[in-house]
Amino acid sequence: MVATVSGSTTTVVLVLAVFLAATVEMVEALTIVVAVGHTRGWRSALEGTGVALVALGVLVAIFGPALVRVPLDPLRLVVGSVLLIFGLQWLRKAILRSSGYVGMHDEDAIYERTVTSLRAEGASVGRDRVSFVVAFKGVFLEGVEIVVAVLTLGTSAHRLGLAVIVAAIAVVLVGVVGVVVARQLSRVPENLMKMSVGVMLVSFGTFWTGEGLRVRWPGGDTMLLVLVGLYALVVAVTIRLARKPMGLATGPA
Amino acid sequence: MFRLGRIVKGFGLFWWDFLVGDTPEITVVVLLILGVVALARDVAHLNVLAYVALPVLAITGLALSVMRARRRMKT
Repeated sequence: MVATVSGSTTTVVLVLAVFLAATVEMVEALTIVVAVGHTRGWRSALEGTGVALVALGVLVAIFGPALVRVPLDPLRLVVGSVLLIFGLQWLRKAILRSSGYVGMHDEDAIYERTVTSLRAEGASVGRDRVSFVVAFKGVFLEGVEIVVAVLTLGTSAHRLGLAVIVAAIAVVLVGVVGVVVARQLSRVPENLMKMSVGVMLVSFGTFWTGEGLRVRWPGGDTMLLVLVGLYALVVAVTIRLARKPMGLATGPA
Repeated sequence: MFRLGRIVKGFGLFWWDFLVGDTPEITVVVLLILGVVALARDVAHLNVLAYVALPVLAITGLALSVMRARRRMKT
């Protein structure tokens, strides 16, 4: 009974973490693709997106089965350490944004910046190389973060298939919503989502680093929920304590 | 050969940027965590110290990193 509860705790946190991480990164990628498509035409933008998706699929296909074969303890140690670094970086950025030191990630501003820079490149006849490269880079770089989350969380929890499916659902969902509402992506509460993902990544990172080092957690997998609560509390307190004084300039997002 | 070198360099730079980037203090704290927890667990055989130290050090690292960023932005 306890084992079942522990197992479902891991699964729920895993699903949430992968879904939110994939959603946040997909919003960023989609903003770039929509900007490219609207400015320079959809053909090369979609080609760049397609090639990037294939490249990301190849990455999962190569590293997924290979990671599944790695013994669990060393895998969890490496994955836990990477997640700790990755998650702490995300939390740091989210805290600095929420406390006013760094500007909020503004999809509208990113859209306008991308459009301006693409217009400056000038028109192109036939296949548009600039459009292809910008769309490819946007999708590939944001996609790598999804792939890292899917592979690390999925393989360490022995739920790679589930992680892939959840990420795919998030990607398709954001894609469909993005197509329907086009430039309304800025309404997604990105910083809050990024903060939630950061909390979950650091919680998984802490838990698996401990498992990899043969630490016996009190309560087994349910300790994950305690860690999520602890880190969420720490982030809330840190944001309150770190508030930017009035008059100090805000840094770029 | 030259092209292979560029690919290897690019791969290394990607991971360096991904894991260290502009927050080397976080990477250092995580390495410190690995050392302290391994010592507590395997040398001192103190499981409680190991599972307490892990989140405490992670929280300390996060706080230090935020403080460092604030200081840089104020100056």
